[in-house]
Amino acid sequence: MRRARVLALALAALLAAALPWLLRAAGLDFYLSLANRMVVAAIAATSLNLALGYGGLVSFGHAAFVGLGAYATGILVAEGVTSGWAHFGATLAVTGVAALAIGAISLRTRGVYFIMITLAFAQMLFYLANSIKGYGGDEGLNLRARSLLALGPWTLNLKDPVVCYEVALVVLAATLFGLARFVPSRFGRAMLAIRDDDVRAEALGFPTYRLKLALFVAAAVLGGVAGSLGVNQQGYVSPNVLNWTQSGTFMVMVILGGVATVWGGVVGAVALLGLEEVLGAWTEYWAFWTGWVLLAVVLFARGGLVGLLARRMR
Amino acid sequence: MASVLVLEQVLNGLQLGLMLFLLAAGLTLVFGVMDMINLAHGSLYMVGAFVAAWIAGKTGSFVLGVAGSVVLTGLFGVALEAGLLRTLYARDHLSQVLATFALILILNDAVRFTFGTDLPLSAPAALEGPVELLPGLSYPAYRLVIIGVGLALALLLWLLVQKTRLGALVRAGASNRTMATAMGVDIGRLFTLVFGIGAALCAVAGAFLGPLLAVQVGMGENILILAFVVIVIGGIGSIRGALVGAILVGCVDTLGRTALQHAFRAVFPPQWASAAGPAVASILVYLFMAVVLAFRPRGLFPARG
Repeated sequence: MRRARVLALALAALLAAALPWLLRAAGLDFYLSLANRMVVAAIAATSLNLALGYGGLVSFGHAAFVGLGAYATGILVAEGVTSGWAHFGATLAVTGVAALAIGAISLRTRGVYFIMITLAFAQMLFYLANSIKGYGGDEGLNLRARSLLALGPWTLNLKDPVVCYEVALVVLAATLFGLARFVPSRFGRAMLAIRDDDVRAEALGFPTYRLKLALFVAAAVLGGVAGSLGVNQQGYVSPNVLNWTQSGTFMVMVILGGVATVWGGVVGAVALLGLEEVLGAWTEYWAFWTGWVLLAVVLFARGGLVGLLARRMR
Repeated sequence: MASVLVLEQVLNGLQLGLMLFLLAAGLTLVFGVMDMINLAHGSLYMVGAFVAAWIAGKTGSFVLGVAGSVVLTGLFGVALEAGLLRTLYARDHLSQVLATFALILILNDAVRFTFGTDLPLSAPAALEGPVELLPGLSYPAYRLVIIGVGLALALLLWLLVQKTRLGALVRAGASNRTMATAMGVDIGRLFTLVFGIGAALCAVAGAFLGPLLAVQVGMGENILILAFVVIVIGGIGSIRGALVGAILVGCVDTLGRTALQHAFRAVFPPQWASAAGPAVASILVYLFMAVVLAFRPRGLFPARG
């Protein structure tokens, strides 16, 4: 059973990595950008699932961190800095510091108030992005160049959609591997204890506040990396990446896929974007039908799509 | 001169605040009593505005538009509660977020399909001119009417909640739902009614704000977040909190906007000031909420006993 799983995973990874060439062979190059958006959204949704699913930190402002990563990268590119490592470093620093400050304040509240205060901080950053006239203001920022990622003697130019896709795929694979290792780790177990009953966890001697903050920052930084990759994919960043509907969309992806499951974010992102694409090709009113599918999932598939699949397999 | 300007901004703040209150009143009861996060509340505001604009366009009468929209949107709210939202009360917050987010998508497209992306709606011609309140202070008549309607409805709601049997039942439910049920209150039926009233209030706000803002698809999204800010500041489940919170938010927003514009113009070059002013002013409301939560973590008037 275990061997079969490893084999299936390796096969899936191989297929995902070979996708650009498979699409080209089939004459479906157009779908590479969709695949790329799916991978980036999968990273963002998985990072939210880390905080929301495993820490019980229902953040309604995750788009803030994705957007900060996007703006950190976009502004550096606009200023003529093309080094991918500089973009990466700036993204980590900006999202890390922001998450530390926002988390330190927000984690003093709980429940509904935590939802609302994370939302409030995200909205502040949204309006701030609208006001930075020097970098596009509310119209957004078009990028002429992208990240150049130097790896030893090679330089990867993320302007090439295939390169961008493969880099994002590697980040996603690392994210999933990290998440799978995190769940049974000491930190992961402690987080589950805190999620289920934080008073008891505190009584047992866990530094609950610090652990929650660490998880919040980790999720935010990972979201920032997704934002940075997203800018490279789109070549464009606007304040809309920070809007609350974007936070809502990530949340919908996580709930749709499966809260507190390793694959939930991936399944949710692929399902939602795939649904939009399929319905969008068929009708102008794709959002209408997407809404009905989401409603059906809430009413009939508790535990999301991953939960549904797991029940089927049993 | 300066005091006239401030007075005008206070009136603007009051006007925005009272309309926010109409949205927040329904939202805070659904949130407070049923512990339900309803992201689709802004969609009811949009539906109300579109129905009002459509009827007003067909009949040429703004008053008929408002009246028709209040009735129809109220009935729509009742149908929505009985048909779908009721099944979500027992679910966790995440399921409610997913379901009501789905409702936003559905209603946005349904309205676009039925009415188009936007509809024209203008204030009645008789109210178009300004009224001179004080020497040197003339204020648009239409905005005065909005303030009057908002105050009247706030008073009516207060009487309903404080002085009637229905209001006593609602307050009992907000304070402790389980105990109210144990005492024989049919919370389910009560709530279908409350939801309908909330939807009708959304229609009033949508219809009256329509001529000032714009009647377009997606108009509910941003104002929904403001309504959430209002109820968190006021204390979830409290009508009185919603009123105080709404007026505070309205005044902080409008007064902050002008004050910041002036301050920015004094410090920064004009093109920067005109761009940064409104954006930074929008932040003030959220900053205000964060400060309130820091000192009063459960809002100004917590409803739970």
